[in-house]
Amino acid sequence: MSQLLLVFCSFVMPFISTTEVAEPYTVGDKVEDFNLKSVDGNMYSLATAKDVKGYIVVFTCNHCPYAVMYEDRMNDLNDFAEKNDFALFAINPNDPKAVPDDGYAEMQMRAKEKGFKFPYLMDEGQKVYPKWGATKTPHAYVLDANQVIQYIGAIDDSPRDASAATINYVEAAVGSILHGEKPSISKTKAIGCSIKTL
Amino acid sequence: MKGFLLFVAFLASAALSAQWTSVKTFAKYDELAKEYLDRDDGYTYVINYWATWCGPCVKELPYFEQLLAAHDNEKIRVILVSLDFPKKMESKLLPFLNKHNIQSEVVILDDPKSNIWIDKVDPSWEGAIPVTIVYKGDKREFWDGEFDSYADLDKLFLSIHN
Repeated sequence: MSQLLLVFCSFVMPFISTTEVAEPYTVGDKVEDFNLKSVDGNMYSLATAKDVKGYIVVFTCNHCPYAVMYEDRMNDLNDFAEKNDFALFAINPNDPKAVPDDGYAEMQMRAKEKGFKFPYLMDEGQKVYPKWGATKTPHAYVLDANQVIQYIGAIDDSPRDASAATINYVEAAVGSILHGEKPSISKTKAIGCSIKTL
Repeated sequence: MKGFLLFVAFLASAALSAQWTSVKTFAKYDELAKEYLDRDDGYTYVINYWATWCGPCVKELPYFEQLLAAHDNEKIRVILVSLDFPKKMESKLLPFLNKHNIQSEVVILDDPKSNIWIDKVDPSWEGAIPVTIVYKGDKREFWDGEFDSYADLDKLFLSIHN
């Protein structure tokens, strides 16, 4: 019996781990495009943005205090992205059944209140965030023109006080990509709210 | 005499209902670590990172209180490290602690250099709360996410404690 188990482990398990469980993206991976509905009712993909030099994707939401603290900075980031021919997408990864505040109508309201000019997308069915390996809100990604991830992590180093930030990691990564370089900081960590599922 | 007893009872209940009047705040993770996280004193430390604004954290908090009560004659310390914002201590954290009559030790961690200290908690942690560390001496376990049941927490605790 134990021999059988050994056979199972050495022959069957590797197939399970390589074919069944897809590893989430990390820096250097090319992403599969998404197609998600925004608060304006339209569907958006990375491909929706034409002739850009790269992409910023931020998993964020309505309810998390850390996400809320970055709402104004998301508008600033969008201005920065537009100036540098980057496209910014925000994606709410939470299941509204788990967090009613993160429902589609609530997202529309928040986008209107805060004057978001970037797509604020709903990860309907929660199919996108696991592929990206997002674990929390906010969780930011910077991609180059080839849709290869060059940075994963926090937006800047001061969640509670924008004026106390000493570095904006996302803007620094965009700067590196524009210069044809790899970002000197490609991964950071920050406190956030776990992604809510049922 | 009856009036006096009533008065004492009133004082006692007032003391009970307003047990929490302040929470120690650590501005640096390393100071918190020195006080609670790098101890080797025979106690099993249960360190939970949470906040009043975090739904799953609040939901699992009773498990930590239950753990403390179940092992209160043993060498156990339960430390609830709150990531609530210090300016919300009066309006949010203290009322919460008093409302739920929290018996565990509670501190606030307010270190903005999260990119540095998150890795010190555990290199595998991305930064979403709650997370829990249980350690005794150099035996250590890291639990990423909430506990689904008290039994899960107790099992983790016993794996280190015994």
